Amino acid sequence: MITVDLAAETVRDLNQRLHDLPADTNERAWRVVNPKGAHALVAGLDRPVDVLIEGHVGYYCAGMNKHASVVIGGHCGVGVAENIMSGEVRVKGNASQSAGASGQGGLLVIEGDASARCGISMKGVDIVVGGSVGHMSAFMAQTGNLVVCGDAGQSLGDSIYEAKLYVQGKVESLGADCIEKAMTPHHVEKLGRLLARAGVKGDPNKFKRYGSARKLYHFHVDHADAY
Amino acid sequence: MTVDPRSLRPSATFPPHILAEIHRAADQGLYEIRGFGAKRKLPTFDDLVFLGASVSRYPLEGYREKCATDVWLGTRFAKKPIHLKIPITIAGMSFGALGANAKEAIGRACTEMGTSSTTGDGGMTEEERRSSKTLVYQVLPSRYGLNPDDLRRCDAIEVVIGQGAKPGGGGMLLGMKITKRVAKMRALPVGIDQRSACRHPDWTGPDDLTIKIQELREITNWEKPIYVKVGATRTRYDVALAVKAGADVVVVDGMQGGTAATQDVFIEHVGIPTLPAVRLAVEALQELDMHRKVQLIVSGGIRSGADAGKAIAMGADAVAIGSATMVALGCNKPVHIEDYHKLGTEPGMCHHCHTGRCPVGVTTQDPELQKRLSPEQGARWLRNYLSVMVLELQTVARACGKSHVHNLEPDDLVALTVEAAAMAGIPLAGTSWIPGRGGY
Repeated sequence: MITVDLAAETVRDLNQRLHDLPADTNERAWRVVNPKGAHALVAGLDRPVDVLIEGHVGYYCAGMNKHASVVIGGHCGVGVAENIMSGEVRVKGNASQSAGASGQGGLLVIEGDASARCGISMKGVDIVVGGSVGHMSAFMAQTGNLVVCGDAGQSLGDSIYEAKLYVQGKVESLGADCIEKAMTPHHVEKLGRLLARAGVKGDPNKFKRYGSARKLYHFHVDHADAY
Repeated sequence: MTVDPRSLRPSATFPPHILAEIHRAADQGLYEIRGFGAKRKLPTFDDLVFLGASVSRYPLEGYREKCATDVWLGTRFAKKPIHLKIPITIAGMSFGALGANAKEAIGRACTEMGTSSTTGDGGMTEEERRSSKTLVYQVLPSRYGLNPDDLRRCDAIEVVIGQGAKPGGGGMLLGMKITKRVAKMRALPVGIDQRSACRHPDWTGPDDLTIKIQELREITNWEKPIYVKVGATRTRYDVALAVKAGADVVVVDGMQGGTAATQDVFIEHVGIPTLPAVRLAVEALQELDMHRKVQLIVSGGIRSGADAGKAIAMGADAVAIGSATMVALGCNKPVHIEDYHKLGTEPGMCHHCHTGRCPVGVTTQDPELQKRLSPEQGARWLRNYLSVMVLELQTVARACGKSHVHNLEPDDLVALTVEAAAMAGIPLAGTSWIPGRGGY
């Protein structure tokens, strides 16, 4: 395992080393110590490497991740795994706002809680949150799955498109055009697989499913109150 | 009873187009959404003129003496700033709003002219990447089609915060234009009225923007110039904050800037004209000692080499054209008249980009309509137009005695109206008066 100490090296040095890895690299196991809340850590990875970050990180950790598997040992700042394309990002602690924002693929696991706007504008990513999520989560969520084992704050799934939301606990309120939908055996099975893939314990039968009523897909004056 | 036409007095408050709009709103119950840009009369670059050389300054010989036009963009932080042969770039217009042929035509023309084209809300198409030597990749609030591969293969990145036609508003693409290909690129269902967010999903203020720019630089190894584009409103503050956030280039888009689909109320009533926006942006850069270090691109109603020259004389490094690009490609051209009529309009008045039924094949996804604009023909038209703009720009620069267009300066301009003098900070012709300065 290659260890990078950010007390001695810069984020720029670390990211450049990771970006420079050839496609067939053998240097696949990386450990980062002393992150001290640094921003844009391991952003833009494009190789199937495993990165363990021991500590807390700042904004946009693992942003636009492709192929890599990143584990954040502590808490993380705004926009963890924003626009993730593939691979997996796991947060052992809590996540700040906009976790997985506009993510297009891959898996984001937050073992603790996530703050507001978790999964905002998501476009295909799967997000599994062990705890609760804040307000306006899954705002304008397009596709993908957001799983919340705890509670969801106000206006969950506001202006949602085709993403699927699963919440085990209470939902403070649903946003515009977001409704509860039937949890069919198909959805229970799918959710069970997703929980297992995320390594998060949970009984899929205890979740409720939410999604789009598809009433705001075309502008209409009678929907003016919803906009 | 006969009507005496002399007794008919139209209302200035309710002229025919206002009456028609109220009737339409009452019928349909929805605000007007349309394309193109502001149609109201505004102070423009036409309200400024150049002071050609005479005794006090001598001109350069047209067609003989060199008048350079090149510009470097992104010299502040980027490892690979871009070098353009001309200071006229093409503004961001999305695939979705424009058809693939139009995007390819733009890319080809820009490559031939040595300038840059820009993606739009919807991501980068293969056609435009292939055809554009220098391509600016927009990072927009919607993040449609955004991916790190395209970030790496672009030549510059433009973080779009706002657009002159609708500062503070998000984008729209009505269902008629959400074809299978457009929907796939945007990860949306086919045929829905698509809304783009007005704010970025993962940052909210200037401090966050600083970190966002840092992330984009990290992902691209600090190679790409990073632009920040703002719609012209509180321009002085927005430009200062963009500079503080680490922008290499600031793009300021005035309210004459075009759009593919926006509420009319936004187009006509939000934002400030390009003329004062240029002055405010330049003053902000000068106050920070960043003028010419952070480059300024101005857009919003630029139509000619004269417009470009005036913006540059006021302190811009380059201009961007969007609506004028479309016009060069045939927008509002008097051909296929019957198709204008089907849209309820006439050539010269058309603003129906939002319908996807563009009579000249520019702002459409319809395969049959797109055939009306071949990439080859479109590229030729746009190349011709850009060449004319450059010749005009060089003509006025030489007339002012400049061997490089960037040597144009505010002293080369005077204003024809009090309003333009005040907004542009340029003295009224024949006086040394700039309204608002010197205590009166």
